[in-house]
Amino acid sequence: MKDKKTIKNAPADKFESGAPLEHKDNFKIVNSSIKKVEGPGLVTGKPMFTDDFEFHGMLYAKILTSPHAHAEIISIDTSKAEKLPGVKAVLTHKDLPRIIHTTAGQGYPEPSPYDSFTLDKKVRFVGDRVAAVAAETLELAEEALELIKVEYKILEAVLDPLKARAKGAPVIHDEDEARMIIPLAYDKNTNLAAHAEMSEGDVEAALKNSERVFEHTYESHYAQHCPMEPHVCITHLDPNDRLNIITSTQVPFHTRRIVGQALDIPVKRIRVIKPRIGGGFGGKQEMLIEDICAALTMKTKKPVRLEYSRHEEFMSARTRHPQHIELRTGMNKNGDLTAIDVNIIMNTGAYGSAALTVLCNSASKVLPLFNKVKDIRFYGDSVYTNLPVGGAYRGYGATQTYHAIGQQVDIMCREMGIDIIKFYKKHHIKEGEGSPVFQKMGEGKEGVEMKIGSCGLEKCIDIGVKEFGWYDKFNKKRVEGDWHYGAGMVCLMQGSSIPEIDMGAAYMKINDDGSFNLSLGATDLGTGSDTIFAQMAAEILTVQPADIIVYSSDTDMTPFDVGAYASSTTYLSGGAVIKTAEKIKAKISKVACEMMKTTEDDLRFKNGIVYSASKKEKVSFKDIAYYTLYEKNQFQIDASASHITHKSPPPFSAHFVYVAVDIRTGFVKPLEYLNVTDCGTAINPKFAEGQCEGAVLNGISFALSEEFIFDKKGRLLNTSFNDYKIFNAVDMPAVKTILVPTYEESGPFGAKSVSEIGINGALPAIGNAIFDAAGVRMFSGPYTPNRVLAEIKKKMKK
Amino acid sequence: MKTIEIKLKINNEDKILRVKINERLVDALRAAGYKGIKKGCYEGSCGACTVLVNGRPMNSCMIPAASADGFEITTIEGLGESDNLHPLQESILETGGVQCGYCTPGFLISSYALLKSNPDPNMDEIKRATDGNLCRCTGYVKKLEAVERAAKKMRGDK
Ligand code: FES
Ligand code: FES
Repeated sequence: MKDKKTIKNAPADKFESGAPLEHKDNFKIVNSSIKKVEGPGLVTGKPMFTDDFEFHGMLYAKILTSPHAHAEIISIDTSKAEKLPGVKAVLTHKDLPRIIHTTAGQGYPEPSPYDSFTLDKKVRFVGDRVAAVAAETLELAEEALELIKVEYKILEAVLDPLKARAKGAPVIHDEDEARMIIPLAYDKNTNLAAHAEMSEGDVEAALKNSERVFEHTYESHYAQHCPMEPHVCITHLDPNDRLNIITSTQVPFHTRRIVGQALDIPVKRIRVIKPRIGGGFGGKQEMLIEDICAALTMKTKKPVRLEYSRHEEFMSARTRHPQHIELRTGMNKNGDLTAIDVNIIMNTGAYGSAALTVLCNSASKVLPLFNKVKDIRFYGDSVYTNLPVGGAYRGYGATQTYHAIGQQVDIMCREMGIDIIKFYKKHHIKEGEGSPVFQKMGEGKEGVEMKIGSCGLEKCIDIGVKEFGWYDKFNKKRVEGDWHYGAGMVCLMQGSSIPEIDMGAAYMKINDDGSFNLSLGATDLGTGSDTIFAQMAAEILTVQPADIIVYSSDTDMTPFDVGAYASSTTYLSGGAVIKTAEKIKAKISKVACEMMKTTEDDLRFKNGIVYSASKKEKVSFKDIAYYTLYEKNQFQIDASASHITHKSPPPFSAHFVYVAVDIRTGFVKPLEYLNVTDCGTAINPKFAEGQCEGAVLNGISFALSEEFIFDKKGRLLNTSFNDYKIFNAVDMPAVKTILVPTYEESGPFGAKSVSEIGINGALPAIGNAIFDAAGVRMFSGPYTPNRVLAEIKKKMKK
Repeated sequence: MKTIEIKLKINNEDKILRVKINERLVDALRAAGYKGIKKGCYEGSCGACTVLVNGRPMNSCMIPAASADGFEITTIEGLGESDNLHPLQESILETGGVQCGYCTPGFLISSYALLKSNPDPNMDEIKRATDGNLCRCTGYVKKLEAVERAAKKMRGDK
């Protein structure tokens, strides 16, 4: 019999008062905070990132971007630029095949509209591509851009998403080719990039029968991912003239496919290598720069490097889709939520990257949390505007919608005199329960019906209330001079992978010394997935993580994986690793039986040694490797396996925040932030905490200071860290994470996802805390001093 | 482009670099093989390119390489080797303070400078010494903890 053991998720010591969680596995390597496998290289500054690669004769690329929000290119004269000594290529739309595609790094067929060309004769936002240059130095490339003469016919621009679909609005995608490649709502003539809706029960009737109906409009705002490493890639032709793309991407395989499509190059001629990535957060789930860099290599036959400057990251890379959310909910006297009606207009900017799926996730990652509600309606339009382009961003639609629903719950509870803690505990989805939303809201197709297998939310709430001291902080009206203090909270869920759509695969082989190579298509973008995969494989094979050499990812060398998105890596690719390691173990068993002349039920695995219980004999993995590689019936012990998921089990989290509001200036200072999170088994608790902390701080920064400021013509004005403020170490509140262990039967070693959920809480929780402190409701983010002060002044006038 | 020769000490080694007159120190150092220095903004606002210049942490993207003649530079490569890590490097791995690792070299250099002048900093001092080193991955918690931990190790406290 196996031992029983408590899963030792981080600071559990204080919270073991409740029944400790027990389950059948006695983990040795999994569920422990081992150090990052590639850590020593990272902390000593070894060359690991894209820009650390050097190629002889490498050219530097630069992209000329549009100064106009909406314009037609009448003519481009590149002759002067081409004549500049050292300039090796200049590309405009005339030089490239006109092939429509989407840049969204999604599986095929993509549920995002095909509306992009590598270079086009029309520009659709300030920062859109016009031309590209490759030159011997970066300075020369920059100089060359200034020599390109472009004549534009300026078109009327759509800068207000709420007017994008109005009659007579300019049509942004008037090209014939634009279309959805799967039968989904798309109407380019009215700037409709995508549409999603669902309904269950009868919302109108339920609202009518409610004691109170609450109706509010919320705006969630633009944001940039700000990975510290900007988008960067190097393309070159290898000795066989194959196009090699070294790129900082979350989606190497999708990038290979889309570059092939956009430039009409067979996939077999392309190799994509993902080295170390300096952060992505969704922004690198996009084929953003690889096509144009590759086109320059194809033209010059030379290695070409293209890196976005920070300014270009802001101007031209992807963003969080802003949403205009009209939310109606009903409540009964006893505090029961009766109906939810969500209406969203989502601004996808000039192109429809993830325009549908982000919208769908606004429903599917949010509404099931309130599964007691029988009457639900969700209606959303994604509209084109001549503004920066939306895309995948950690939280993916859920962040936007929690802003609305997380505050509306607070509003309802306050006005109806209900305890918000009791409300969430009663209303949230529980183990064994489902929600019609899961089935009705898929990603470009129907969703998957699902029952919740693990849910620690109730425990998260209880622990949070106690640890945070909720009842000592909430509604206490503490005032010190101009500082008013208040507390807010919110409950959240997300998902783990896209069920029945995404696939991850792994390959493993044994080496002479009994170590293993584990190759994966899954991409570690800083999360630590390479390490947790080593932990998983080591757990199964009873070896140390150091005995597993992880390599990810290279489209020539590693098996397919959709890539790092949709909170899928641990849950999805982890499944592939487990299957692969199990297969290896089975092969090792067979050889061990042959070597020790025994049967499989007689074998015991421990520390990389196989024991025969009956014969008191043993063979090590090294013995087995030597035997199979050199001695008898030689063969390579190897295996590969693929994994798809049939559900998307949500992680859950309760967030609590304490703020001080200076009512004289409107400045909001976050003081304490606690997130209590159920991610199933944390494969590496410190990494899981780190995911929570990073997401939380990004969320806080988004809620309080990150903002896109446009001029009247749609040009983004704040394109540096000097005027787009992201939080630093001094700005941060005391952030604390507590992981609450549950065991998700469908996940690897009981794990669920953890990387996205934490970003969803700050906007609503801080909004609620501001109300608790200052009595003003912030329906639009970010909660900058200006905005908060304006609300305070409004309130004082009343 | 005109180039000049500069003599400087990098990680205690005498070096001669030929640099372009408009080149920034970060690029000159990276071109000379110090790839641990990162660039996150190229305008002095992210700290990824932090190196010690004559003992003081500075953003090497804001320093003209040509002006660095005679400087003493310490980069992340000068802190420790992978088989002989500096306590800061060791601690940040122990606390889980490295995620993507892109900001890590700059952060470690700033922390290193702090601990040299203040072996027993409080949390506020650690935050202030590293507030120029932006990190989008970690939320700072485990990085700051690592500096505390390293300081303890270096002082020989238990
Ligand atoms: S690259 Fe020097 S401060 Fe950002
Ligand atoms: S670890 Fe990625 S930016 Fe700091």
